[in-house]
Amino acid sequence: MRVVRMEGLGFDEWRNMARELLAEAVPPDGVLWMEEPGLFGQNGVEVADQAREPNGKVRVPATFFDQAKTAAAHRSPERWGLLYRIVWRLSRSEERGLLGCATDPDIRALDHLVRAVRRDIHKMHAFVRFRRVGMREDREQYVSWFEPEHRIVRLAAGFFQKRFTGMDWSILTPDECVHWDGTRLQFTPGVERSAAPEPDELEELWRAYYRSIFNPARLKVKAMQSEMPKKYWANLPEAELIGELIAQSRGRVEDMLAAEERPVKPEPRNAYLKSLRERTEGGEATDPGDVS
Amino acid sequence: MELERKLEILADAAKYDASCASSGGARKDSRGGKGVGSTGGAGICHSYAPDGRCISLLKVLLTNACLYDCHYCINRRSSNVQRARFTVEEVVGLTLEFYKRNYIEGLFLSSGIIQSADHTMELVVSVARQLREVHDFRGYIHLKTIPEASPALIELAGKYADRISINIELPTQKGLNALAPEKNLERTQDAMGWIREKIDEGRERRRSQSGRGGSLEGTLAPGLERKKLGKAVPFATGQSTQMLVGADSSPDAVLLERADLLYRDYRLRRVYYSGFSPIPEPSVRLPVKPPPLVREHRLYQADWLLRFYGFDVRELTSPEQPDLDLQLDPKLAWALKNRAWFPADVNRAPREVLLRVPGLGVRNVERILSARRTTRLRLADLVRLRVPMRKVLPFIVAADHHPAKQGLDSESLRARFLPPPKQLELVFERGPELWLPEPAELETARSGEI
Repeated sequence: MRVVRMEGLGFDEWRNMARELLAEAVPPDGVLWMEEPGLFGQNGVEVADQAREPNGKVRVPATFFDQAKTAAAHRSPERWGLLYRIVWRLSRSEERGLLGCATDPDIRALDHLVRAVRRDIHKMHAFVRFRRVGMREDREQYVSWFEPEHRIVRLAAGFFQKRFTGMDWSILTPDECVHWDGTRLQFTPGVERSAAPEPDELEELWRAYYRSIFNPARLKVKAMQSEMPKKYWANLPEAELIGELIAQSRGRVEDMLAAEERPVKPEPRNAYLKSLRERTEGGEATDPGDVS
Repeated sequence: MELERKLEILADAAKYDASCASSGGARKDSRGGKGVGSTGGAGICHSYAPDGRCISLLKVLLTNACLYDCHYCINRRSSNVQRARFTVEEVVGLTLEFYKRNYIEGLFLSSGIIQSADHTMELVVSVARQLREVHDFRGYIHLKTIPEASPALIELAGKYADRISINIELPTQKGLNALAPEKNLERTQDAMGWIREKIDEGRERRRSQSGRGGSLEGTLAPGLERKKLGKAVPFATGQSTQMLVGADSSPDAVLLERADLLYRDYRLRRVYYSGFSPIPEPSVRLPVKPPPLVREHRLYQADWLLRFYGFDVRELTSPEQPDLDLQLDPKLAWALKNRAWFPADVNRAPREVLLRVPGLGVRNVERILSARRTTRLRLADLVRLRVPMRKVLPFIVAADHHPAKQGLDSESLRARFLPPPKQLELVFERGPELWLPEPAELETARSGEI
């Protein structure tokens, strides 16, 4: 049994290790990919290392390469073993149609990881909230604190770079932080929650908007929560309103239903309204087309 | 009036517009510019309100003062709602400040009609112009347009916006005559037709430009782009509309036929259905009782069947039953009436037949087609794809499954799929539909995925 330590390591290290193992024809059940140190002592344990000289070429479809890179960001401890098993089946067992076989248990598992990571990236793009912290010469500086479910900071960073080129920003997370200064992205180690920036005064206006755009006559709390799970609420300034909006909604609708109907006011004198009426001269306007 | 109070009034006034899409814009981002903004991806919902609706754009009216008297609308001239009006700079400032904090994808700007269609349209366009030309804003802009505005102004709106829309509101002129006397279906459709031509021209231009190998588009400021590319004037990439459900007596068949016509003849990206819901300023001409929310959901499901599942609009309703079945989703309701199509063999049936199997969505149909090239599908494979087995079993054949003949033909099949009766017994004193517990499937409302 080969034991490979992967704690703190990523896709590139795994890829080099996998190449080596494939070249030596080590089957998937002959490798143990470990993320927790100490279980097996140090004897015979290999540490995956980016600097290792890969001594074998393995050809895999480009789509698998992208999927594997994404899946590697997942926190599941089983991901390295799964990825190695699929590479083995693609190259050693020559199962060429494997990736297209959506019902295969390994491909299902891979798809599951990839989708979870993609969803997390999407939610990070959606739920990061920047707070303005100052100016550097003529550039505004913004900072956000965010807690992603998976190790996605690097995968999610390019989006923010393209969108917020014209301002300086940092996103702080427990795993890793990313910073943009107008010329390059920089990555630094993760930080504690206490490093999060102070609230931004604009948040009061944002909450006013959130309160007003909500329609109490269409309460659908489950629909909201399936797209915006509670785990994200702590870092969303608007989330503190959710409880009171739900609590008040029934009373607000009852007031609407009990409200006295407003009479129709007469048409004001306005040249434009008059011209509209003239355009449909000759009686009431009728349906165009064959719909009635 | 303080900015915060204006924002409250003018967001409240805009919330009855269901459209929230921020997808489908041409690819552009802020690299090489002096501001912020990007579009062209899938669109992002930055928050969700407890009504389950996504908050993607700053959706506000420029003013809620209005000359029109549309009876379903809180902003009609007969309403006593408090009026407010943003300055152009206020909307521009809010959009940029919200955007830079990553609250929104951009701006969805609409307005009550003041003075005239052209005057209103000019104000709306000037907000977009300032965002694009003064601040080099490259985020998403959706502008509501007025069909009676002059073509030159609508063209200008299309230049600055990623999406423009005109709300059709009701599917027939008869309904409009009764509830929105200033609105005219023919003029609306004429304007939609004209916008469609502009969108098509824009698409052609983009195609021929990318054919020359240039990816200039979107990486330069809009002004610069026009100079560099000569005649190539950018234009919005799509238009959408909204129809109210339950404000007039139009049955689902009429709503769906209108939607189908708009998709086919005017190439609309989306038709939004907005179930009429009570407003704080009720009109004497409107029903007090709103339609059940599930009706709107069924319309979205039917809309999805038209656009992605190959259904013809006439298959979903009939002259005898012009409304969709509220208790069953429209695909299942269709399948129960068309049992001769089934059972469908998941290992042999063509795509268009698989798409008609209740419980099989577009994505799973693609997975099945791909997987069956290498394997014979069994029920365990479908379970792994998370296909809802109880729903599909009576309609499919798999390597290890053939549905019982009497099961498929039996009249009790419909009864099997009805929701448990206890859900329908919950009655409150007033407006019971509003407070019915949500069926699980309502969670996907407005996505329509079946």
